[in-house]
This record gives sequence, structure tokens and C-alpha cells, in this order.
Amino acid sequence: MEKGTWELKKGLAQMLKGGVIMDVVTPEHARIAEEAGACAVMALERVPADIRADGGVARMSDPGLIESIMAAVSIPVMAKCRIGHFVEAQVLEAIGIDYIDESEVLTPADESHHVWKHDFKVPFVCGCRDLGEALRRIAEGAAMIRTKGEAGTGNIVEAVRHMRTVMDAMRKIKNMPLDELMAEAKALGAPLELVQGIHQTGKMPVVNFAAGGVATPADAALMMQLGADGVFVGSGVFKSSDPATRARAIVKAVTHYQDPKIIAEVSKGLGDAMKGLEIGSIRREELLATRGW
Amino acid sequence: MKRIGVLALQGAFVEHIASLERIGVEAMPVRLPGQLDGVEGLILPGGESTTIGKLMVIYGFDKCLGGLVLEGMPVYGTCAGMILLAREVEGTNQPLLGLMNLAVKRNAFGRQVDSFELNLAIPVLGEQPFHAVFIRAPAVRSFGPEVCVLATLPGGEAVAARQGNMLVTAFHPELTSDTRVHEYFVRMT
Repeated sequence: MEKGTWELKKGLAQMLKGGVIMDVVTPEHARIAEEAGACAVMALERVPADIRADGGVARMSDPGLIESIMAAVSIPVMAKCRIGHFVEAQVLEAIGIDYIDESEVLTPADESHHVWKHDFKVPFVCGCRDLGEALRRIAEGAAMIRTKGEAGTGNIVEAVRHMRTVMDAMRKIKNMPLDELMAEAKALGAPLELVQGIHQTGKMPVVNFAAGGVATPADAALMMQLGADGVFVGSGVFKSSDPATRARAIVKAVTHYQDPKIIAEVSKGLGDAMKGLEIGSIRREELLATRGW
Repeated sequence: MKRIGVLALQGAFVEHIASLERIGVEAMPVRLPGQLDGVEGLILPGGESTTIGKLMVIYGFDKCLGGLVLEGMPVYGTCAGMILLAREVEGTNQPLLGLMNLAVKRNAFGRQVDSFELNLAIPVLGEQPFHAVFIRAPAVRSFGPEVCVLATLPGGEAVAARQGNMLVTAFHPELTSDTRVHEYFVRMT
């Protein structure tokens, strides 16, 4: 019997596909998310919009809080560690978390190195802005990828940019002659074997969710139509006026992302979405997506 | 060519479609009950059983599937699909189809760090063991006399079973290249 294998790490992400992973900060939120049909929850102390508003250093959440959320629901529970903070990751593994998000939403602990994720039995998800970044994280052991978007803004524009960038790069590689793959790997800063794999399959070797800015059912369906396997909703649910109703609507929109009639139906009467931020109004050094490399 | 539907509300439905296509079966995603027309069998995939169960109720699958299965449509549930087919799930009141006389326990082996893979003897598939991938898997706790257990773990837990035209596995054949479970199911149609 084998545990902690690549197949098992990657496999759990495959089971999350077509689903919505919601940020929650209390056991009560977690139960609302599960009741609404979330396929997993991300346990944290503050949603990204509050991290952004509060400023200061954002760290791994209190393990006691994470455990209380794990005890509250039967669905998988994820939690965030800082980029490169492998001891926070060890702590999360020790409490039996189901997935670790090595996340740019927290303040990076290492500006040069991400966590060497192959050392862990627990699977990791990491953010990316482009295919090269995704493949570097996969080479380090990430068993799931999410496009970064710009967390805590309720603005989908960066998520769209990142998903289109990743998908464009894969379409390009798929159609390349074999002898151009090495130069492409060099340009992307990605391992050749992973680039060759995309050339053969046309697909990312692991599941790829969208994140960072999803606020409405239509936002979620947009990311699905652009090629996401599923959606993370951070601040978008619990910063809205009616979280339970909005959460249910986003779950339905992800399942029926190709059916505009259903998306229209679920978009009615949701109350106010989170207010949101124009990306241009954020100071450059406060952008989260540029953390990590 | 046979047409098999794969319930596509949430989870690993694309993998099942790929496994079916590899054995020359026409496979189609089913997101609404109307899409069950002309389908000769249905797979309930792995995923989150709470998510899939809620969506099944919202879109009326709980109303129509019982009748179709009673009329003879074969159905195969993997992991979450096995939970949804069971009559009873320990410790929860989540929506279930309740068609198969099984009581199951969710996450019976623990959380993700306890997920495992191993070579499993499944006599109905032949002598060659089946490489079985268990992810936050359920297990059968008790079952009625009409249920035939097809595979058990070394610890004694039943992890594959059949009751007439209903088949369940706690593991994920759609994550491996071995198509024998899918072939077995297609022979039931």
C-alpha cells in the first residue's frame, strides 16, 4: 500500500473539478459553504479583501482555527502557507490538512525559492500568471495549479488575463514542430519534459482552477468557458450581502457554465456583490499576483 | 455503439468519458435529466458527494433516476457515486439516491494524507490484480443479502460491490489506464 504518491495528490484535484472552492474564516462560514455545495473550503483568518485592507504581514492562519474548520465539514479543507515557508507547510501537513495553497495572498517568506513540494505527502496548489510559472511550480511538486488573478479585488480582469495567457501558450506549444520545443522551454523558463508533455496532450499535466477576482456566477462561468477546471472564490462570497444565496448561485453556474439560461436564472436577486477594486487604483507594490516567480 | 452517460454535475467526469471512449463506447456528459434520453447506462463519478447530491436534487435527478434504474438501466458509482447510491451514510443526512442496500462510511480511511493505492484482487475481472486508487475513499460498512461484494481490502473492508444492475467501487478506475471495470460495467448494459 502506497500513500502520498503523485497520482493521489493529482487525483484529489481531479475530484474537485467542476466545483467551487470557497474561502472561509470560521466554522460557521465553512458550514454555509458546504451547505451551498462547495467542493472544498480554504480555511483562513481573513479573506484576501481584508488582508489587503489591513496591510502588514499576512501569515499562515492559527492551526487551531484551521482544525475547528476541519472538524465542522466533511468536504476537503485547504489552507495557505507563505511562498517558500516550508515550516508553515510542515505544520499544515502535521494537522492533517487536505491541500496546501502556497499562496501569494500571504506575505512571501522567500523571494528566491518556493517550497520543494515533492518532500510532502500532502498535495499543494500554487498560483500562476503564465504557463512558465505553472510548469515551474509543477516541477517543484504542485499537484494542482490555479491562475492567480488579483485576489481580494472582486475584479475578474486579471484572472481572465492569466487564464488566456496560459491557454494561449498551451495552444501554441501543441501546434509547434518538435524542434522548437527546446527554445520554447527556455523562453518559458520551464522544464523541457513538461513542455513536451503539453505538446503531446495539449493540456496541463495537473488540474487548473481559476482564482482571484470571481464575484458573480457569470464571472465563474466566464473562467470555466475560458478553460478553467473549476473556480476558487475568495472574498466574493462572504464579502457580498447574501453569502449563502450567492454561493449556491456560483456553484450552479460552474456546473452549467455552458448554459446561459441557467446562469441568467441563478444570477437573479443575489443582492449586492462585493464592491471591488479597479486594478489601476492599487499601488504597484501592493499587487499580490507579482509575488512569486 | 453503446451510449453511456456520465453524470457531469461536479467531479472527475471527463476521466470516465475518456475511459469509456478508450473501450469504444460513446460517452456523453449528463447535466440535466432530459439528457438521459437514449442513454443505456449511467456512471456517477467521483467528486464531492455533498456537492453532487445537492445538485442532483436541485435539477430533479433524485426523482427520475430511481425509476430508470428500477426499469433496468445499469448504473455505476465511483467513490462519491457509491455514496450517492447507498441507502445509508454514517453520520450525515446529505441527499442520497438510496437505491442500493448498502450502508457506507465517508472518508472511511481518513483524510487526504491517508489516501492510498494498492493492487487489489477483483476475481470477476480475472486473475490479474487491479491497481486501485483510493482518494478520501468511502467503504461499505454493511450490506443486504441482494448485494454481492466483488472486492475487499486486506483489512476486510468491502470496496467494490454489485446489486443487480448497480455497480459501485470505492476506488477510481478512471484514474488508471486499466479499463477492466469499465468493460465489466458496459457488459452489464
